[in-house]
Amino acid sequence: MRIIVDRGRCTGQGMCESLVPDLFEVDDDGVLELKADAPPEGRLAEVEEAVACCPNVALRLER
Amino acid sequence: MTRVRRLVVVGAGLAGVRAAESARQAGFDGTITMIGAETHLPYDRPPLSKAFLDDAEPSVPELVIGDELGVELLLGTPATGLDTAARAVLTGERRVPYDAVVLATGASARNVFEPDGLTGVHTLRTRDDAVAVRRALDAGARTVVVGAGFIGSEVASGARRRGLGVVVVEAQPVPLVRAVGERMGAMCADLHRHHGTGLRCGVSVAAIEGAGHVERVVLSDGSVLPADLVVVGAGATPATEWLDGSGLELDDGVVCDETLCAGPPGVYAAGDLARWPNPVFGRSMRLEHWTAAAEQARVAARNAVDPAAAKPCSTVPYFWSDWYGRRIQFAGIPASDEVRIVEGEPGGNAPLVALYREGDRLAGALTVDGRARVMKYRALIQRGASWEQALAHHTETNRQGVPG
Repeated sequence: MRIIVDRGRCTGQGMCESLVPDLFEVDDDGVLELKADAPPEGRLAEVEEAVACCPNVALRLER
Repeated sequence: MTRVRRLVVVGAGLAGVRAAESARQAGFDGTITMIGAETHLPYDRPPLSKAFLDDAEPSVPELVIGDELGVELLLGTPATGLDTAARAVLTGERRVPYDAVVLATGASARNVFEPDGLTGVHTLRTRDDAVAVRRALDAGARTVVVGAGFIGSEVASGARRRGLGVVVVEAQPVPLVRAVGERMGAMCADLHRHHGTGLRCGVSVAAIEGAGHVERVVLSDGSVLPADLVVVGAGATPATEWLDGSGLELDDGVVCDETLCAGPPGVYAAGDLARWPNPVFGRSMRLEHWTAAAEQARVAARNAVDPAAAKPCSTVPYFWSDWYGRRIQFAGIPASDEVRIVEGEPGGNAPLVALYREGDRLAGALTVDGRARVMKYRALIQRGASWEQALAHHTETNRQGVPG
């Protein structure tokens, strides 16, 4: 399972960051940085929530 | 309870589009019909007062509804009524039947000045509005903005970028008091003045005059501002006229429960028109924020297609605004027990962070050029963090250094 960011759609608002602040981080230029490529053990539900919450539909999980 | 087979989404803005997508993501395989008043394909509004006014080659980002979603689009078709007994949305003569409906008609710009045949007086809400404002700015219009809200302030910023003279008129003594509180409102005022925008607070507009095209704005103190373009940024009202007589409770928006259900079975609301008790703050709210529209749409659509598993909508308000190349971001509510600037200083060029306290709780956070900071505070607010925890977070990030 990998976390994929569609850079064309991401506007760096950081809704994901506000849900899972240790895995998603927006920098001062508004670029989203993933702190992990995949949801860590036992944290899939949180990451799914962050993915679903993206107002730009820029995040997805890929098997 | 019959299974939901027909979902109707009324409104083709962000909330409408996200509602359709979210229903599909939730596995809904019935029909989706989206009803939109404008003839344009769905588009994204925030850029209309930002990049669309500033960029050399402006474009309006479309909100793409993928073919795979199988959405039937009825554009240029304003909804005129809702029959909750027969479960149908009315569009003039036509009836669009539903099993579940998401009301997402948004809000309309409040135009307190009837243009009275005068050209050059605009609100800024739709794509057509933005095209007209942009054209006037490009033509070098002397600009008067009525109302120092975020959209008006972004227009002022767009005018200054072109070196045009612009005056913002605000009836309150300080701009944005309701949005960010008095102290930070004063900081926003300074940002205008610093960039050469005239700011007239504590006066109102007595008249907008001209012969055919606008020529001047007369203020309540008798002063006269010459103008080729007037942008009225006087807020928005929820677009619920079409629901008058539907039996829904309307009170500055469609009154919903925690799950965004508006009362009758299958009727949900999302976006600017939804008023609901937000569990994060335990109070009734109506938000006109882009991210709230997306979030509410997701919750409303999921609940609409699977009401047995309905979940509450719990979201921390968040908005941003771009002024003079700087980004203002606000998360939470502008509580007034205490506002503490924990980083930067008003008038400085460095990032600024101000925290808002309510009781012993962190209620809000405002940042200027603090994109790497603001969402950590939003996370704290969502979790109900205490004021002490918020201050500790600040100390901790300062010790570590902020990423980026």
